[in-house]
Amino acid sequence: MLSDVTIRYGRLTAVRNVSLSLAEGEILFVTGPNGAGKSSLLRAIAGVTPPAGGRVDFADHDVTGRAPEDIARLGLSMVPEGREVFGSLTTEENLLVGTGMHAKERNWRARVASALEEVYETFPVLKERRHGQAGLLSGGQQQMLVIGRALMTNPRLVAIDEPSLGLAPNVIDLVYERLIALRAQRALTLLIVEQSSTRAMMAGGRMILMRGGEVLLDGDARAMGQSEAMQAAYFGYGEQA
Amino acid sequence: MTAILQTVFDALSLGSLYALGALGIALIFGVMRLVNFAHGDVIAFSIFALLWPSTDVVAAVVAGNLPWFLLIPFVLAMGAGLSVLAEIVVFRRFRNASPATMMIASFALGFVIRYFLLMLFSSRPKSISLLPALSQPVEVLGARIPLLQLITILTTIAILFGLTAFLKRSRFGLEMRAAAENFTMARVLGVRANRVIMGAFALSGALAAAIALILGSQTGTADIQMGTNVMLMAFIATVIGGLGSLPGAVIAGFLLGAASVAMQVSLSIDARPFRDAFVYGAVILVLIFRPQGLLAGRGTKERV
Ligand SMILES: Nc1ncnc2c1ncn2[C@@H]1O[C@H](COP(=O)(O)OP(=O)(O)OP(=O)(O)O)[C@@H](O)[C@H]1O
Ligand SMILES: [Mg+2]
Repeated sequence: MLSDVTIRYGRLTAVRNVSLSLAEGEILFVTGPNGAGKSSLLRAIAGVTPPAGGRVDFADHDVTGRAPEDIARLGLSMVPEGREVFGSLTTEENLLVGTGMHAKERNWRARVASALEEVYETFPVLKERRHGQAGLLSGGQQQMLVIGRALMTNPRLVAIDEPSLGLAPNVIDLVYERLIALRAQRALTLLIVEQSSTRAMMAGGRMILMRGGEVLLDGDARAMGQSEAMQAAYFGYGEQA
Repeated sequence: MTAILQTVFDALSLGSLYALGALGIALIFGVMRLVNFAHGDVIAFSIFALLWPSTDVVAAVVAGNLPWFLLIPFVLAMGAGLSVLAEIVVFRRFRNASPATMMIASFALGFVIRYFLLMLFSSRPKSISLLPALSQPVEVLGARIPLLQLITILTTIAILFGLTAFLKRSRFGLEMRAAAENFTMARVLGVRANRVIMGAFALSGALAAAIALILGSQTGTADIQMGTNVMLMAFIATVIGGLGSLPGAVIAGFLLGAASVAMQVSLSIDARPFRDAFVYGAVILVLIFRPQGLLAGRGTKERV
């Protein structure tokens, strides 16, 4: 999926020669401390920050340097850091923005309607506030909204930057339950960035650990959580050793 | 009483022009943070597209003798077409440039359009008779109002309602509003950037052409400078309204129209030539007290 990707902002190198591949239906957690380059990696995959070097492949296409809307149309749904709700639109309009790209397909209307119902079923608050201005939703409700919005387009890969940010623990459980159920239902691939590895260990699956723009560890989430190397990477013990 | 009514109609029709102009500028600013100073020249171009190139005073009309139901779409299409062409040929190259760079590019484009017209038509205003049926007066509540003034106001109101409905109800409107608020996020959701921006340019160009039709019928002339004053006032209206806010632009356009007419009526004869100076003075006062505009737009927020 990613080969040898480097991302720079001016002279700062945020991600250094990272290679990563994702199997269909896999769940991958990307963890690491602040500034590790997790969000940058996600933005590179989505075409928001084109990489300075390397190559990005998605859905059998070389998408390096392609426009975000083209990559989205290949089946990537990305939820960026910081939510990015359209505050002046209503909740329902927010959910509908991304559905236009499949407008030419058969049964489009029916599918949009059922996707909408599914999102409302998962997050009933959104249904209550469907005609209200999205900018007035609480932080947690906005987080539900952007996750719901990403699921509206029947994507192949959902990449979410810190889904648990600002959500109550029971809502986080709900979000993960939903994501994992979806993954089973339609072979959805998940790429989830989380600060902490706790979630990854609970949900299971594969996990990589990034620091300083590099991938330090890559393996089974549960096994990795126990390891010493993990602690070292997080707290920087490795530096002194 | 009838004098007051006459003044109100003057204010509304002048305000309509400014509101339509401001809307055209705000639409483009909304999706790409470009203040398009070529807008006034698109207005002029839309009318000159009806004429054969010549330097005579009396215009040799190509399409002006069309019946109104063909003439109006033709002029609107000219405005929209030129505007979209400007996007493809010029502004697309400046997508990621700073707002200042884009603004300068728009100035340059304006000059190109103006000198192109100058080359073909010379600087002398040409007399044309567009939609002559509209110059007769009608009686409204005892006041004699030119039919054109009435139509200007009604058309503007119709355009405003139509545009609102379009933006609120249509798929394209939804994508455009999303893109105006957060362009990058809209693209991440699969919204085609090029389509949205071209749509905004087409709408804006058609609005410029609508102004051209009104001005052309009002004055009976086609003048290369005809868009300049409206453009300036429209630009001021978008600033007062809060850059990027469509309702703000419209309201401020009408306010400016009202202020201009009020000054015209209330200033003494000696001071009247300085009417615009008074209007600009009022604008400066507004901006001192509300630098973000009357209805602060989301537009000035940084794009992500
Ligand atoms: N737009 C930008 N311009 C300049 N530098 C940036 C930009 N975005 C990120 N960086 C820098 O790149 C590095 C990696 O940032 P990134 O946001 O990818 O980290 P992260 O792993 O997501 O961190 P966090 O857990 O805090 O969200 C940081 O040093 C950051 O300062
Ligand atoms: Mg981050």
